[in-house]
Amino acid sequence: MKKLRSAKELASLQDTLRKARDPNKPCIVICAGTGCLAYGTQKLIDNFRDEIKKQKLEGTVEVRTSGCHGFCERGPLVVIHPKQIFYQRVKLDDAAEIITKTVLKDEIIDRLLYRDPVTKEKILYEHDVPFYKKQMRLIFGMNGQIDPSSIDDYLAIGGYSALAKALTGKKPEEIIQDIIKANLRGRGGGGFPTGWKWDSTRKAKGEPKYVICNADEGDPGAYMDRSLLEGNPHSVLEGMIIGAFAIGSSNGYIYVRNEYPLAVTNITIAIRKAREYGILGQDILGSGFNFDVTINRGGGAFVCGESSALFASIEGRVGEPRQKYVHATDRGLYDKPTCLNNVETWANVTLILNKGADWYTKIGTEGSKGTKIFSLVGKINNTGLVEVPMGITLREIVFGIGGGIPKGRTFKAIQTGGPSGGCIPEQHLDMPVDFDELTKVGSMMGSGGMIVMDDRNCMVDVAKYFLKFLEEESCGKCTPCREGVMQMRIILDRITEGKGEERDIELLEWIGKGVIDGSLCALGGTAPYPVLSTVKYFRDEYLAHIRDKKCPAGVCKPLVTYSVITDKCTGCTACARVCPTKAAAGEKKKVHVINRETCIKCGACYDACKFDAILIV
Amino acid sequence: MADTVTIRINGREIQAPAGSTILEAAKDVNIYIPNLCHNEELAPYGACRMCMVEITHKKRVKLVVSCIAEVADGLEVQTDTQRVRNVRTLVMHLLLARNPNHPELRKLASELGIEKTCFDVDFKGCILCGQCVRVCREVVGVSAIGFKSRGDTRTVATPFDESPGDCIACGSCHYVCPVGVIPMEEHDGIRTMWKTEFPMAKCKKCGTYFAPVKQLEHFRKIANLPEDHFDTCIDCRSIKK
Repeated sequence: MKKLRSAKELASLQDTLRKARDPNKPCIVICAGTGCLAYGTQKLIDNFRDEIKKQKLEGTVEVRTSGCHGFCERGPLVVIHPKQIFYQRVKLDDAAEIITKTVLKDEIIDRLLYRDPVTKEKILYEHDVPFYKKQMRLIFGMNGQIDPSSIDDYLAIGGYSALAKALTGKKPEEIIQDIIKANLRGRGGGGFPTGWKWDSTRKAKGEPKYVICNADEGDPGAYMDRSLLEGNPHSVLEGMIIGAFAIGSSNGYIYVRNEYPLAVTNITIAIRKAREYGILGQDILGSGFNFDVTINRGGGAFVCGESSALFASIEGRVGEPRQKYVHATDRGLYDKPTCLNNVETWANVTLILNKGADWYTKIGTEGSKGTKIFSLVGKINNTGLVEVPMGITLREIVFGIGGGIPKGRTFKAIQTGGPSGGCIPEQHLDMPVDFDELTKVGSMMGSGGMIVMDDRNCMVDVAKYFLKFLEEESCGKCTPCREGVMQMRIILDRITEGKGEERDIELLEWIGKGVIDGSLCALGGTAPYPVLSTVKYFRDEYLAHIRDKKCPAGVCKPLVTYSVITDKCTGCTACARVCPTKAAAGEKKKVHVINRETCIKCGACYDACKFDAILIV
Repeated sequence: MADTVTIRINGREIQAPAGSTILEAAKDVNIYIPNLCHNEELAPYGACRMCMVEITHKKRVKLVVSCIAEVADGLEVQTDTQRVRNVRTLVMHLLLARNPNHPELRKLASELGIEKTCFDVDFKGCILCGQCVRVCREVVGVSAIGFKSRGDTRTVATPFDESPGDCIACGSCHYVCPVGVIPMEEHDGIRTMWKTEFPMAKCKKCGTYFAPVKQLEHFRKIANLPEDHFDTCIDCRSIKK
């Protein structure tokens, strides 16, 4: 690979590579994000490649593995170009049939098509799938067009044009003004105006300056950054180089959690290839600007997503936050001016430089511009990653894109912002999603996790879950977080075991306030929010646990009993067959019984029963 | 850049050296702010949160720990607002649950009107103020002890819970601990701490056991002094030959 010595050489290479992509050539795109790989997609990929060889189709039919497509509920996903025929829930053995029928003969394999659950209509093309159609996939949509391990693919779709524009056509201060004008706010959770952060870092005294990509993504259920880094690492890298140029930094770090091996692999490859092309290193594109990146892997600590703990970790110290009243932009990594931004934020930088700040501000709300990628998980039909403009309503996300709640159950709440966020009830479903609106209702945007809950989620149990998580992840340095979160969890343990006391809610609120005000960092500082927001919106549920020793959602095991409704039971034995302890038993065609002594309340019988004959109360 | 700045603490105007912390500035003028993990010989740590104060600067109100927050011209400091008291009260209840009886803690607690903790006591003794670890690292310079584990399982420990290889048995950790939970004993020329026996050296002149051998070895290495300087105890050293 020859080093690109100018913007012109880059443009010329992009042109060549773009032209080499025959839009009419059949191309089988297989999603190879971590989600689909967990389905065994590697075998599917191998099968496709083997079949191509067998049928001597090398050269005629292309096979491309891409990053995550986002519709994780329906994986494994295969998209056949040029028509963009969308196949979902592909079985590992379907490769041969897909090639023989669809690729070679334009024949559709009916059973692999997405079927709209309401209209029952079968959808042929990817762009018609409602899940995708209702999104605005400005950043994430690129995943399907490229093999993340190929820099040529990225160049072919115009990659690194923004960098060329920045390095050769703009002054650093102008780029910062662009980001300020675009009103880009950090996508990692803080929502801090990125342009101002860059401006502060540029103006700060001290050398060298550092730019860092925070890819420590620790919120349970959140995997947007993973999929971006896996699926389009160059888009993130490009943003970082632009930012480094604007700030005046030659040293970059990508701090990625070790639990993301595919992301680590793909960003490592991306950096290597960028260096080969001279897009990283000395005199980038002949501009005189030097910049390179080091990858740092995390060691399994959620708290290392916090900026000062992250810096400590890179410096080789224990990952604990420091109380600093001086911003990281003045004294951060190695006490030097540091600009730390999230993966998605860097990807937005590339987009803004490509399309312009004016274009960007047309998307979103007054206070929150652009799009946000959310991980929509939990009790939702269309589990996956969704990219939507800021300002879209929760209802549109949950019901429009998410397809609503499975098994005909009722929406109860949506948890946003990870362990720092809150639960939002039904009454706020029509609220616009943006940074400030989410804060107003007692939650926050956070990194973009959205966990949907139905009537069989216990909100007290949810609060307990997040507290347990934070109790384990707390670094333990400051008293309020270390001891306060633990004490809150102890109270919730008691409540969910039927040992709650009348004063517990007041106690939780008092401890919560002290922990919020007293903690050293935002882990402790936001830890009480899941508890406080569920107390605010679901107080009755807490009181049922405390006063009546009951769990209305049927979740808290010490408080519920499973039994058979004799009038409804047909003796079909479905429950007995799935019961792991043989607590559910009975003769065929005779009413069954659940033995309370041996019942472990796992819920298998409830899920298996087709006659609504299992009572949980 | 001015050498002093003007700040107000609880309404009282004072001049404070630029770059000093709010806690230092308060101490200089005998204004009391409670604290547990603070030690003048050590870099501020900000872990106990007792020294929390409410500050107003350029119209913005914040809660900060005074051991770390620096003074600035025009700063308004309130050391005992409702929010601040609330944090201190919570902290004392939480710490008393780890160590309900130590006089040092009970004194601080009684200042807030607290007799005993509202939580169930799970006795640990150590309040994780970190002074032992910090003195060993910053003053003694050997880092023989450190923190083990994370969150509410965090403890002060020796590497791998074994005898601390770098410990010179100087006793700094024992002396600095505000709640006295680091045991140190001496019998018949042996000092025992961190479950390890450290032989004591005998003064060549008077014959008393005066310091652990390992401590003297360490001093010999780092101090630029004659070989026999540490052969005698301090009393015998000060007698002119």
